[in-house]
Amino acid sequence: MPPRIDVRRFVRRNPTIVIGAILLIVLLMIALLAPLISGDPQRLAPIDRLRPPSAQHWFGTDNLGRDVFARTVWGGRISLLVGFSVAAFATVAGIGIGLLCYLSGWIEAVVMRVMDGLMAIPSILLAIALVSLTQASVATVIIAITIPEIPRVTRLVRAVMLGVRERPFVEAATAGGSRPLKIMWRHILPATIPPLIVQATYSAASAILIEAGLSFLGAGTPPSIPTWGNMIAGSRVFLSSAPWAVFFPGVSLAVAVLAVNILGDGLRDRLDPRLSRRM
Amino acid sequence: MIGFIVRRLLATVPVMVVIGLFVFLLLHLAPGDPAAIIAGDNATPDSIVAIRHQLGLDQSILVQFVRWSGRVLQGDLGISIFSQTPVLTLIGQRIGPTVSLTLTTAVFSVSIAICVGVLAGWRAGGVLDRIVMAFAALGFSVPVFVVGYGLIYVFAIHLRWLPVQGYASLQQGIGPWFQHLILPSLALGLAYVALIARITRTAMLDVLSEDYIRTATAKGVAATPMLLHHALRNAAVPIVTVIGLGVALLIGGVVITETVFNIPGVGRLVVDAINQRDYPIVQGIILVFSGAYVLINLAVDISYLILDPRIRS
Repeated sequence: MPPRIDVRRFVRRNPTIVIGAILLIVLLMIALLAPLISGDPQRLAPIDRLRPPSAQHWFGTDNLGRDVFARTVWGGRISLLVGFSVAAFATVAGIGIGLLCYLSGWIEAVVMRVMDGLMAIPSILLAIALVSLTQASVATVIIAITIPEIPRVTRLVRAVMLGVRERPFVEAATAGGSRPLKIMWRHILPATIPPLIVQATYSAASAILIEAGLSFLGAGTPPSIPTWGNMIAGSRVFLSSAPWAVFFPGVSLAVAVLAVNILGDGLRDRLDPRLSRRM
Repeated sequence: MIGFIVRRLLATVPVMVVIGLFVFLLLHLAPGDPAAIIAGDNATPDSIVAIRHQLGLDQSILVQFVRWSGRVLQGDLGISIFSQTPVLTLIGQRIGPTVSLTLTTAVFSVSIAICVGVLAGWRAGGVLDRIVMAFAALGFSVPVFVVGYGLIYVFAIHLRWLPVQGYASLQQGIGPWFQHLILPSLALGLAYVALIARITRTAMLDVLSEDYIRTATAKGVAATPMLLHHALRNAAVPIVTVIGLGVALLIGGVVITETVFNIPGVGRLVVDAINQRDYPIVQGIILVFSGAYVLINLAVDISYLILDPRIRS
């Protein structure tokens, strides 16, 4: 019989995980169901430009008469897509590179120097420079944001590896004649999973922020796709006459990042008790 | 002690080489011909050949990198394609506002964050602590430009207390200079304050549970000297470390903040350069920003010598 999970106790003990997860699920549902809950985010209605929030336009309209609610709902798709993809790709790449370091000290020395160098370049600059080299698309944005995230994951994998390598059960496996690849797969890799889950949430939060920054600076997703960042960039000149066109995408952005961060903090407290009190 | 400084200094060399290599390769990593990228969309074959020769792109990659590094080490960051002006000159013209903004932000962020962090750590679990932690969670989550427009809307458009945008240099008087920097510094500093307040609280929590703090309290040392002399001094190393690492947040944020508040600094220069595909400027600014980050963290490492006598021996 599987162990019974007491839901109420879990909620009481891990309020942040629950709040973060619920918020994130709601945002995810809104993004997935965008075509059902909102109209066309690109529909122009010059007569209705800069209208305040009303029953017809819940979040008002922007300077081209586009519905801010529809654009906010659709903009969430890009943010969440970029957040999840970057977290996934950075984690996979970080594990791959980190484990490569386990196999050879020489590779490790070179890889860690490269990672130190990459980490010294401000992520947002690195990302805009990378995006500017190619045609702007959601895929290039994801790649450009993933690259500055990889060093963080790699360092984490390596730190965990260094800790586990000295543990008796790994030494026993080595003494027992297990091949390095098997030790890596059976003993090292599992130890990296809990901290990596926490790191993945932080990567997702940082990716959402950087994507918004890129879109805001006009160096990200093409302007034909509504994103929270380019909505704010497009409406900022009208801040005094139509604050709603900046306010709603801004608040959505903050709520999305906050949800991911809260979830991450909760998971860290739960998965990494050593750190729980620290930050 | 000299050995420590030399070791730290040497450790920055490979980092700088990797940054240099990356910045150099930036152009060559791009699909297509770097000369054609630089020449832009309506270039003639002749102008592409001219640019290729002008930049030495017709030589082997290794030769190009060695030559380029040599020039960079002599302070030659190349020439802007768009304005035909040396990149270093352009950066020099725009560095004033950027330095003003980052320094004001750093000074006020660090002072606020340490005060708040010390108090939160001292009364951990209390009301102030909870407010600080909630604020920190927000500070990590709200992007610079959202905070910026929020501040502009409330303090500049609605209350009319401060200028909406723009920059006044120090020559125009310290009053206007400071007025123009208040909102940008607040927007830029939010995440930095959150980061430092959190680490200060944690470091204080660790130190405050030490025996000598209990002894000092038992001896009747008052709260203020106890917190500042006994606790904060011993919590300094992790705090200073995070202040150094957090500079990355400031450097990244400055690019966006300058756009929000229309400040003619290096951040605006790089955004404009990227839109114009003026790669020598982009390369130069990434080098300068990354170099500043590495040097600041080197200074932080060396400051351990002052903060922690144990490292001196």
